[in-house]
Amino acid sequence: MTKPLHELTIHEALAGMRRGDFTSLMLTQALLDRIAAVDGRIQAYLTVTAEQARVQAVAADRRRAAGEDAPLLGVPLAIKDVLSTAGVRTTCGSRILDNYNPPYTATAVARLEAAGMVMLGKTNTDEFAMGSSTENSGYFTTHNPWDTDRVPGGSSGGSGAVVAAQMALAALGTDTGGSVRLPASFCGIVGLKPSYGRISRYGLIAYGSSLDQVGILAKDVRDAALLLQVMAGHDPYDSTSLPAETPDYLAALDGDIAGLRIGLPQEYFVAGMQPAVEHAVRAAVAELERLGATVTPINLPNTDKALPVYYLVATAEASANLARFDGIRYGYSAGASAMMENIRATRGEGFGAEVKRRIMLGAYALSAGYYDAYYLKAQQVRTLIKQDFERAFAQVDVIACPVAPTTAFRIGEKADDPLAMYLSDVLTVTLNLAGMCGVSVPCGFDEAGLPIGLQLMGPHLGEATLLRAAHAYERATTWHRYWAEV
Amino acid sequence: MSLTTQDVRHVAELAKLKLTDDEVNRFAQQLSAILDYAASLQQVDTSHVPPTPYVLPLQNVMRDDDAAPSLPNDVALGNAPDADDGFFRVRAVFED
Repeated sequence: MTKPLHELTIHEALAGMRRGDFTSLMLTQALLDRIAAVDGRIQAYLTVTAEQARVQAVAADRRRAAGEDAPLLGVPLAIKDVLSTAGVRTTCGSRILDNYNPPYTATAVARLEAAGMVMLGKTNTDEFAMGSSTENSGYFTTHNPWDTDRVPGGSSGGSGAVVAAQMALAALGTDTGGSVRLPASFCGIVGLKPSYGRISRYGLIAYGSSLDQVGILAKDVRDAALLLQVMAGHDPYDSTSLPAETPDYLAALDGDIAGLRIGLPQEYFVAGMQPAVEHAVRAAVAELERLGATVTPINLPNTDKALPVYYLVATAEASANLARFDGIRYGYSAGASAMMENIRATRGEGFGAEVKRRIMLGAYALSAGYYDAYYLKAQQVRTLIKQDFERAFAQVDVIACPVAPTTAFRIGEKADDPLAMYLSDVLTVTLNLAGMCGVSVPCGFDEAGLPIGLQLMGPHLGEATLLRAAHAYERATTWHRYWAEV
Repeated sequence: MSLTTQDVRHVAELAKLKLTDDEVNRFAQQLSAILDYAASLQQVDTSHVPPTPYVLPLQNVMRDDDAAPSLPNDVALGNAPDADDGFFRVRAVFED
């Protein structure tokens, strides 16, 4: 029995197009039909670029007919709306950028285009990637395909939902404190956050510059590796992209994990964790052990400090980054008659509540009299958190733990309590502070049928080993083969 | 750590954010709760710990000083709420 085209993975779709079973236009149209059929209920896309997608698909088919090939030739993907796309509206989920048309394209997206991607559209996000549920979007809340009363996770919730509801073969997200891994976990798909510096941030509209990284939401580990391969590597337009060689990530997927050393951090099995989550993650670790890995308990003693450190560092950086929205060069302008009054009014009216809250928190932490107590202190504790990981990775190759303490929560459940919302990120922010890499892989379901994610973490630039471990687990299990009935 | 509404108005001015009275009251409460939560950091001994503003070992990344193409003027101004004669147009900087 052949699968409907929208249900294919990237590697299956490429194989089909290379065999001549179907064209990119047929595949692209199947996904556009799927979007038309289900996105009314899921609300994952902010913009669908249907006409442009068909034009790109026809061009890909012409290239293939002429004997050309490329790593993503004719593959339809979705892009989180914080990544700049020349000529296609880019809102960051914010009303302040409602009419913004970027004059240039983010390097990560440009590399996908150069590899032959067909872009289906731009996905919903918490405003400026600040949130864990998409409820902070200035437009609408995206619904979890497994239960539409629940959130898809955030901030890349639109990207998580388009992949889980099979409205794109894969999608780009961004991860500042867990914004790729959390939606991957809540939506039952694979979510890869590469190491800081691995993929260029040029054209990623900045939230927390020392933490932001482009990430991947995919149907399986092979697809994630394929996209990483295309995007990784130095970019002269981003001085924080590393001039390091890109390994062959696809080749690294094969091979067993006999002797792989896995660390189990005691601090990540927190009080109040949903029992089904702990059970599924411990069973996944047992499976990795059965596959030949050795499992050792480890300690990351400063884990409980990571969340306050993150919310001081990220908001301080955000308060500086978002100073550029002044109603002069781009975006919404309130039209007040005096210069400073117009800047205040533009920002007060253009930003949503969570963005204003974070700018305020960051500006406070940086302000005279509080800088040492908050911002500097947070940066010092950040050093301790990074050292925890460096010590751990001297003993183990990969760390295994949950992505989040719970499965997807209900829409509205935490919307009025910012601190409760921030606690969703308690097990993911650590990696961003240390700059290391991590992946969420489906590892089970709770009593309500909601997906659970296993988080695997690797050292800086340790993606090859990380993906091999994730792939070995995926091959031995079937969790990634379940799809939501939408 | 308790933030007064006066503190909130001061920070809002630093951040150039016009807030409603309702927002000022709400933020005073919410930011106080978040700062209380962050107070646990004060108990960590960091007397000999250097700060980590940034995780990479790179410093002062340089490139050759070569001219490269840049955005044409009309494209650079394409998103401006107000532009005139090749320039961004703003309200008077010095207010009466």
